[in-house]
Amino acid sequence: MKVSNVKSSAVAPTEFKVVDTSVSKVDGYALTKGKAVFTDDFNIPNALVVKILRSRHAHAIIKSIDASKALALEGVACVLTHEDVPRVAYTRAGQGYPEPSPYDTFVLDKKVRYVGDAVAIVAAETEEIANRALDLIRVEYEVLPAVLDYEHASDPEMPVIHDEPEISGAYDPSRNIANHYEMHIGDVDEELAKSDIVVEGTYYTPNQSHAMMETHVAISYFDPNGRLTIISSTQVPYHVRRIIRRIFGVESRVIKPRIGGGFGGKQAVHVEAYVTAVTLKTGRPARCVYTREETMTASNTRHAMRFKLRVGASKDGKLQAIDMQGLSNTGAYGEHALTTFMVSGSKTLPLYNKVKAVRFGGDIVYTNTEPAGAFRGYGAPQSTFALDSILDELAYKLGMDPIDFKLKNSIREGETSPIFKVMGEGREGVEQIVQSCKIEECALMGAKHFNWYEKKKRPRIEKTKAHGYGVAFAMQGSSIPAIDMGGATIKMNDDGTFNLMVGATDLGTGSDTILAQIAAEVLHTTTDKIIVYSSDTDITPFDKGAYASSTTYVSGNATKRAAEKMAFEILKAASEIMSEPVEKLHLENGKVISESDRSLTYSEIQTKLFYSFKQRQLEVTESFVSEVSPPPYMVSFAEVEIDLETGKVDVLNFLSYVDCGTPINPKLARGQVEGATAQGIGMALYEEHVSDKNGRIVTNDFFTYKIPAREDIKNIKVEFAKSYEPTGPFGAKSVSEIGLDTPAPAIANAIFDAIGVRIKKLPIKSEDMFFAIKNMVKSL
Amino acid sequence: MKVEFKVNDRKHSIEIKPGELLVETLRRLGYKSVKHACDTASCGACSVQLDGNPVLSCRTFTAAVDGHDVKTVEGFSKEGELSAVQKALVDEGAVQCGFCIPGLVVTAEALLKENLNPNEEEIKTYLNGNLCRCTGYVSQTHAIMKAAEIRRSSTSVPVEKRGESS
Repeated sequence: MKVSNVKSSAVAPTEFKVVDTSVSKVDGYALTKGKAVFTDDFNIPNALVVKILRSRHAHAIIKSIDASKALALEGVACVLTHEDVPRVAYTRAGQGYPEPSPYDTFVLDKKVRYVGDAVAIVAAETEEIANRALDLIRVEYEVLPAVLDYEHASDPEMPVIHDEPEISGAYDPSRNIANHYEMHIGDVDEELAKSDIVVEGTYYTPNQSHAMMETHVAISYFDPNGRLTIISSTQVPYHVRRIIRRIFGVESRVIKPRIGGGFGGKQAVHVEAYVTAVTLKTGRPARCVYTREETMTASNTRHAMRFKLRVGASKDGKLQAIDMQGLSNTGAYGEHALTTFMVSGSKTLPLYNKVKAVRFGGDIVYTNTEPAGAFRGYGAPQSTFALDSILDELAYKLGMDPIDFKLKNSIREGETSPIFKVMGEGREGVEQIVQSCKIEECALMGAKHFNWYEKKKRPRIEKTKAHGYGVAFAMQGSSIPAIDMGGATIKMNDDGTFNLMVGATDLGTGSDTILAQIAAEVLHTTTDKIIVYSSDTDITPFDKGAYASSTTYVSGNATKRAAEKMAFEILKAASEIMSEPVEKLHLENGKVISESDRSLTYSEIQTKLFYSFKQRQLEVTESFVSEVSPPPYMVSFAEVEIDLETGKVDVLNFLSYVDCGTPINPKLARGQVEGATAQGIGMALYEEHVSDKNGRIVTNDFFTYKIPAREDIKNIKVEFAKSYEPTGPFGAKSVSEIGLDTPAPAIANAIFDAIGVRIKKLPIKSEDMFFAIKNMVKSL
Repeated sequence: MKVEFKVNDRKHSIEIKPGELLVETLRRLGYKSVKHACDTASCGACSVQLDGNPVLSCRTFTAAVDGHDVKTVEGFSKEGELSAVQKALVDEGAVQCGFCIPGLVVTAEALLKENLNPNEEEIKTYLNGNLCRCTGYVSQTHAIMKAAEIRRSSTSVPVEKRGESS
């Protein structure tokens, strides 16, 4: 039987009832009321307070730990060192199994590899006692020379950071190389030699912090039946469960409540192993809440990267070759090392699919600095800054408008790029034809909305202020193809509501809401009738978690499939109850309606099925694995104002025109782009960690590490292109990450437009601008 | 030592340690809306009103509020209802993770008490200490303007309309 009322996704419908409308977030009430919905808000009686003793040295061997005085303190439940926890090599990276990140981490080790590395776990009755216990532990170190400059991490004579025999999956630890990747298509050197114009440049991006408002936090306890339960602020509850079992050999239930932001920072096992170790040791509930300083200095940052680029074009503006050689700093451990680096190539290079030759490669190196990890954009913001900046320069040298140049060489609907197949995440990718790509509309309509051509006619320098206008192009992906899987279960209730159970992890993004919208659209009901339960590994079906721009696409498709199956089950049940052929029935407004105008409400159907007619519970589960990863596209325009006396840069206007397919919830989709833009402005202008000569991060709070505040953000505008991705749920693609790709290059290009200075290192600090302006004036 | 103070008009009498911070006391009393986020008085997530003025509870000693009135976000709307500010924040899509929202609501309410017709710049200045990492602030500013408009239209006292800033 065919479900006649469920539209085939091959044709773009013109109208939706619930999808493509801005319904309010399903958790909006609880969040604005300040309800106790975050991990640290849960009252777990008798929970021990867990604190971590951290290394003050960047690189050292622990000779001995004397915890006797701490243990003698009243109220201290336990002090755990590397001798007390399983010696199992793992990666903190919360990725699909087997993880592409090297297994190079231990819960506690006899060696410390950065300032902040864990030395011991302390559990006590109160925070005060735990902190006093930390002070009483005596550690004897053999301090080793440290590798602090990633550009020299694999120089000869450098100390080896990972010399332990148990690790696996690292490329060449003896030279501090965590991973290495290279690829080429065509002959780059030959094409560059044949090019009329060649531009070269070296670009740097910093180790940005996620700076999510809620720090890392987890609570563990044995439930009344003795099952280990972990409540955690995590983006990857199922990976946490799997990794905890790998380390401790223990089964567990992982519950994700509301999360106070993640941005990739919570796609890792930070706190869960520490509280688990304490609960297993003591039998007591354990709570660990990271301080802001720990979150800044001992969790993850964005991978700092350097890209050396060469690009060549013919005189008529045809891009011929791209040569992109990178170096990435993964810090003390190789979390997401290979995959972020590969994404730097795979989520930028297919955009310019007309080139004759491409080469991409480089090392991801270990250093004695805070480990890098997943961070919104996942390598693409770093490489987009480099690639878009150099293409802007190339356009300038060709005498072309950068919009014309980038459009002339970029991908279009119905086209492909060999990169899709060559580069995946940690392995080969999959072939795909681009079925939705409105980059031309994004560029041309964006230029119109921004008033690009008029603005470009304006004078750039007036008195002490300079104005400039820049444009940047970006793409991203929607899920990791052939790896990412998500499940959805829908259960029908006798009051006309449905429970939607998803493993998908709403970290503030609004995924619970958009998944409810997708289910409501298929089931011809309203979002308030879809009650969502997400991310409880004992209750909800598996989902890979919230990363790789996959939730809307993968979990959305799983939800759509489950809802379609539920629609079929409802029609089938109604057909039996009403004695009407299923073909003569359709769903409308929470009811089944027959051609003869008889109707049954959902409530009536499930009530009959509960008590009086072919009794059963209607419940379905469906899964979705992505076969492709349809890229969203985006063109952004920046107007900057530079104070020529101080070097201060203000982004007066930032407009993004986005092709994310159908925005399931335009209001929430806009919020994703606006928020990513602000983080991108932070990366472009303010955010960088500064360390002292011993490798200690001194930018460890919100005073010393500046994220954009309200007054720093001027006008951000977001528009959506009319687009429909046939493989996506109701035409949707991803939207959460791409917004971080464009701000840095658009701002740097605008600065060049204003004063003719190319900034190739982020963040673009006022003092650097001040000296750049001074040199510029000198050379006039 | 023992202190007595009101939270959202409810009287509390509680034993505290010397040096105890208001954020700790309030969370201990069950006001979990008051958030720990920065430890350094730089993010605004722990904002509460003290005798009607916004303060950072992570830098306010509980001993200092003895005999005073504290108001948390729980005090700005009844159970089952949202205040105009809360509703506007939800309606404008200005709530993502929601961790900064209680502190933002408390501070925005203080702003609207001082100025029921704030322009964009005034909102940004007043709330500059309330960091948000999710939204990019645009929707939050719009929400507060919208809430102010709703408050103005429902208040009986006529409010002089002031010019918008450029």
